[in-house]
Amino acid sequence: MLSRVAERIYWSARYIERVENIARLVSVYDNMLYDLPKGVDISWYNLVKINSNTELFHERYKVQDEKNVLKFMLEDDTNPSSILSSLKMLRENIRTTRDVVPQETWELINELDIYARNNIKKGINRSERHSFLNNIIEGCQTINGLLAGTMSRDATWQFVLLGRNLERADMTTRVLDAAVSLMLQPRDEQNLALGQVLWSKVLKSQGAYLNYRRTVRTSISGAKVAKFLLNDPYFPRTVSFCFNEMLTAVNKLPHGENVLETVQMLKKMDFEISSSDDLDMKFRDYLNELQIGIIQLSGNITESWFSFDKGEAA
Amino acid sequence: MEINWTDYNSNNFFDELITEEQSPRAPSEKLVNYLSSLDVEELEKRRLMAEATIQEMGVSFTVYTEEGNIDRAWPFDIIPRTISASEWKVAETGLKQRLKALNLFIDDLYHDQNVIQDGIIPEHIIKDSKNFRPECVGISPPFGVWAHICGTDLVRAGDGQFYVLEDNLRVPSGVSYMLENRAITKRVLPELFENDNILPVDDYTSKLFDMLAALSPRDNEVPEIVVLTPGIFNSAYFEHAFLAQQMGAELVEGSDLFVGEDDCVYMKTIAGPERVDVIYRRIDDLFIDPEAFDPNSVLGVPGLMRAWQKGNVALANAPGAGVADDKVVYAYVPELIKYYLDEEPILANVETFLCEDPEQQEYVLANLDKLVVKPANESGGYGMLVGPHSTKKDQALFAELIKSNPRNYIAQPTLKLSTSPTLIGKGQIEPRHLDLRPFILQSKDTYVTTGGLTRVAMKKGSLVVNSSQGGGSKDTWIVDLEAE
Repeated sequence: MLSRVAERIYWSARYIERVENIARLVSVYDNMLYDLPKGVDISWYNLVKINSNTELFHERYKVQDEKNVLKFMLEDDTNPSSILSSLKMLRENIRTTRDVVPQETWELINELDIYARNNIKKGINRSERHSFLNNIIEGCQTINGLLAGTMSRDATWQFVLLGRNLERADMTTRVLDAAVSLMLQPRDEQNLALGQVLWSKVLKSQGAYLNYRRTVRTSISGAKVAKFLLNDPYFPRTVSFCFNEMLTAVNKLPHGENVLETVQMLKKMDFEISSSDDLDMKFRDYLNELQIGIIQLSGNITESWFSFDKGEAA
Repeated sequence: MEINWTDYNSNNFFDELITEEQSPRAPSEKLVNYLSSLDVEELEKRRLMAEATIQEMGVSFTVYTEEGNIDRAWPFDIIPRTISASEWKVAETGLKQRLKALNLFIDDLYHDQNVIQDGIIPEHIIKDSKNFRPECVGISPPFGVWAHICGTDLVRAGDGQFYVLEDNLRVPSGVSYMLENRAITKRVLPELFENDNILPVDDYTSKLFDMLAALSPRDNEVPEIVVLTPGIFNSAYFEHAFLAQQMGAELVEGSDLFVGEDDCVYMKTIAGPERVDVIYRRIDDLFIDPEAFDPNSVLGVPGLMRAWQKGNVALANAPGAGVADDKVVYAYVPELIKYYLDEEPILANVETFLCEDPEQQEYVLANLDKLVVKPANESGGYGMLVGPHSTKKDQALFAELIKSNPRNYIAQPTLKLSTSPTLIGKGQIEPRHLDLRPFILQSKDTYVTTGGLTRVAMKKGSLVVNSSQGGGSKDTWIVDLEAE
């Protein structure tokens, strides 16, 4: 497999995942704001913070309101992580690698891109936001389904797995971090009520609500949700599951020693959570370290497979 | 309301679908009857469906403009153009004959040049050709074939006969559009494929693969074949990706390849270097190797010519094949067929005036308002003069160009290009001029596409069909009337 193609496939998988994650995040946020207990005020602006995009946001907008945040997250082409930017990058990457993915991939991506561009205002305005975001999520799932159903499990597929799971693990840590930071804001008596709304929405943003119910079998609490999303070995969006998927993928590729080492290091990183009191600043530091580890992992992937050194490989 | 075919008038041009008596020709009978049965709304629905399909399939090509490159959707007309299978059989034999002779000619030029010794073609034509590559002299590619993929433009003139307009032997493009046009038409007019005996076109990519595989210098079971593209900004990138995907070959850019110390070509893969056997290159000769040709080329692979000369890698088309893709050489092709094959040409050339001949030049200069003047070595419809559609100023400019470089210009009578009904607005059908580009493959065997790419001049009265100049295309149906 060509190094250049491997790189583009890896990034394509990351961009598909990113599009779906943004849509999920906005969708759940939208839903949560209506359910908040009286007196609790949570700003849309937190979405910008989750994605570490505050600087870029301020270059573009003065007011941190719903409309600007949604414009920024969905439409803005100066924001490289907006839905439209991600779709554009996805399209460019697949356009130059369409020879290695199932033929219909290109068609589906075009469809999704055309749909998103033509209907983006529905995502920004409230009335049709839900169905717009749903369509985006379904579009991503269709593409992932096509890949799962028709791609040979060769090297190309391993790069899809690496990209998808890296992006997914990263997003799960960000969502957890955002929730914890909200809970840590001084707010006295409403915290209990907020916690219940917030943690169930966190699960829903990952499509994990029912799974959590079936697996954990007790009421929803911050500690249990955090543990579930970090460590559950079966649900496909938990950090632990993502790392395991990457481990399997790396083992099927040549020259992956450095990547393997970093994944194993990440898997060993652990944080003891016994009650919701443990979800404190130290926990946020831990999540931050995880994110730094994930960035290092992406660097390792690039060095091992994409920057070709003919002396060494020959 | 249905389309009114009685108003359809091709104004004394040969029409592919409709006779002078306003009735359908035999191969188009079912098609025309079916279209007549659709009301205007239904026809419009089909047209919109085609448009949406093209967008979704992402069929596009790039147009170079001063404002930058635009990726445009492929302009497509839903009404197919039909040709009977028996008529096509003759054209097919003629195309094979022609490419066979051209390859013998190229091989001769890079070896003994008997064709010049025997006085068939003047030496200076070859010496002055921009596409003659001294680096290729003495090289013997497999099967003696240099032009493995040829796109030959056919036109039908007023008499209804096919004529060869030009041979494209360098990096002809368009075949993917031929295949996509069929895919779109199957979605838009599915009913017709049930009832009509339309010959399939989709074996092209497997034939292309077989042709390329036969060139492999190694005796390995699975030769490593790659398609070399200049990259995403090339107007035919869509096609490069399409062909690579359909053949299961790697699509590579110059920077993905390197030539090792053993003079073999390798590609850079995640597992290290992997040897390449056959390169279907979609880059012009002069850019394929900065060591041998243009040192500034970043598209090519340093050392590629060396690897090819040593026979360690096959290049299709071979470098230097373009020497026969010269509009002056074109004028000699009928003679070349007689010389090399001792056969009469099956397909005729269009009458051609060589401006380097003083007498012919005089005629050309006196008739610029009636002739089409073409530079010998351009493609894509650039830099030509269509006499009847030109201004006095254009003609004066071309007179100067011809006088300053007569070797570089030829002229042909303005052809009465055939027309075919084309949907130009809701329920509105008008004749538009068209041509046909079949693709011919040659290595161990020879193969011709079933039909080819029909290109249509979408502007009323226009004779320029190139997609870079506002042309569109149609599906081409070879209809087997005897099978019914």
